[in-house]
Amino acid sequence: MSELPVLLAPRPLLSGGRDPASGLFNGTVLASVLVALGISITIGAARAQAGVVGAPGVATLLVKWAPLILEGFLFNLLVSVLSMLAGTILGVWLGLTRVSQTAMLRRAASVVIQFFRNAPWLVLLFYCMFLLPFSIALPFATVPLPDVAKAVIGLSLPVMANVAEIVRGGVQSIPLEQWESGEALAFSRRQILWMVILPQCLRRMIPPWMNLYAILTMSTTLISVVGIQDSMTLARAALVAEGRTDLFIPMYLMLLSWFFVYCYPIARWTAVLERRFRVRI
Amino acid sequence: MERIADFFRWLNDARGINFSIFYDALDRARFLEGLWTTIELSLICTGLSLVIGVVGAWLQGSGLGVVRKAVQAYIQFFRNTPPLVQLFFFYFAVGNELPHVLDAHGMLVPPIGNIGWAILSLSLFAGAFNIEIFRSGIEAVPRAMVEAAESLGYSRLGVYWHVLLPLSFRISLPALNNNLVNLVKTTTLAYAIAVPELLYAAAQIWSEVLNVREMMNVLLVTYVALVAVLVAIMGRWERALRIPGYSP
Repeated sequence: MSELPVLLAPRPLLSGGRDPASGLFNGTVLASVLVALGISITIGAARAQAGVVGAPGVATLLVKWAPLILEGFLFNLLVSVLSMLAGTILGVWLGLTRVSQTAMLRRAASVVIQFFRNAPWLVLLFYCMFLLPFSIALPFATVPLPDVAKAVIGLSLPVMANVAEIVRGGVQSIPLEQWESGEALAFSRRQILWMVILPQCLRRMIPPWMNLYAILTMSTTLISVVGIQDSMTLARAALVAEGRTDLFIPMYLMLLSWFFVYCYPIARWTAVLERRFRVRI
Repeated sequence: MERIADFFRWLNDARGINFSIFYDALDRARFLEGLWTTIELSLICTGLSLVIGVVGAWLQGSGLGVVRKAVQAYIQFFRNTPPLVQLFFFYFAVGNELPHVLDAHGMLVPPIGNIGWAILSLSLFAGAFNIEIFRSGIEAVPRAMVEAAESLGYSRLGVYWHVLLPLSFRISLPALNNNLVNLVKTTTLAYAIAVPELLYAAAQIWSEVLNVREMMNVLLVTYVALVAVLVAIMGRWERALRIPGYSP
């Protein structure tokens, strides 16, 4: 940390908003989303009245389809939780391999991380959907692999690489003296890692991990592209079923606002934690 | 060239491993066209998103509270909603509302095609991140610099363009590179609205030639290579512009 005459000391980029002091929810942003939704419904209603007499209003149609699309949305959230779980377990393991003492392992883990971080999520998803078998033959039983399981695997691969990178950054941010004092106290390497290093870097790893979860949740809509029925598929099906062009904007705005209501508090919370956990030197 | 084609033709005949893009002229042309569209899409979106970032960061320093709030709402909305739904919102919903125009053949067509909407939507998505990145760089420039520039008679725009932006750019570069790499990966979403980029071209080939396994691997390797080249170039540039002794 140095101060140059023309530049202040660097400040890490926060993944959240400008001012975390104003609580988890920024009223302005939510209000503007709701206003946009309201305006689009009103315009839609006005146009509907100009058209066929007796046709149901846009708001009525949204309320009619909301439960079905909400079910799809909950399915998106389920997929995100499962992928995050699998990705985190694999990623922690991969990240610890990345800081292993064996040079070969380190290099191999680094290649794997780079590969899955550079590959686009959608391509990895396509890859898993098309190339994984529909069932796996184990010695004792044949385990079916439904599309959803393939999608979860496809989404957890990039999550794995990103979690590994977070773990690596966290472990390497702990000063070397911690390792040395652990050794001086006759801890084994495994003990130092689990009892000294990881508890210390956990706090630092949580904000980027939460940020990753928010990104993953938004990416779960990709499964609609590879043919799994999620909120996006259902919203489009509802639009086709109604065949009303004035419903398009309100319907998509509704779906966008749901994701927003779920992801935005996570982003705010991440920013708050980042500020709280910032290293003070 | 001919020997490579012969080798892959042999691989298909003898082993059944069909890399049609290496010996079939049509498939190769389609694949390369898709690759070029992806690169074009990335370049145009990068340019537009940088413009959005520079303008947005300037507006964020505006004296009007309404303008600052509007920029903030734009950033938070585009950062916290799925880019795929944004793309569909623009292409299907907003595109549907625009009045159709007559084209050269006298047909009624939408004024903006799928490529246009993909460019617009992806640029707005990446631009929202760029504004935050530029702003954090600007915050690292001391207030005294702005005051000094003001006392030399710079206008607000002049201070921003000649003093704040050049200084903050070097600080913003690492985060900016990250975002641009992300943008290249996000261009695959354009597949969903049938923009003939790399993923779409590959899907066309594998659904006609029925070589899903081979094309899938080619596709993955191509994208990883594309992004790796970008990361390498940006990394060099980053190191060249790095301010010695100054890192977060």
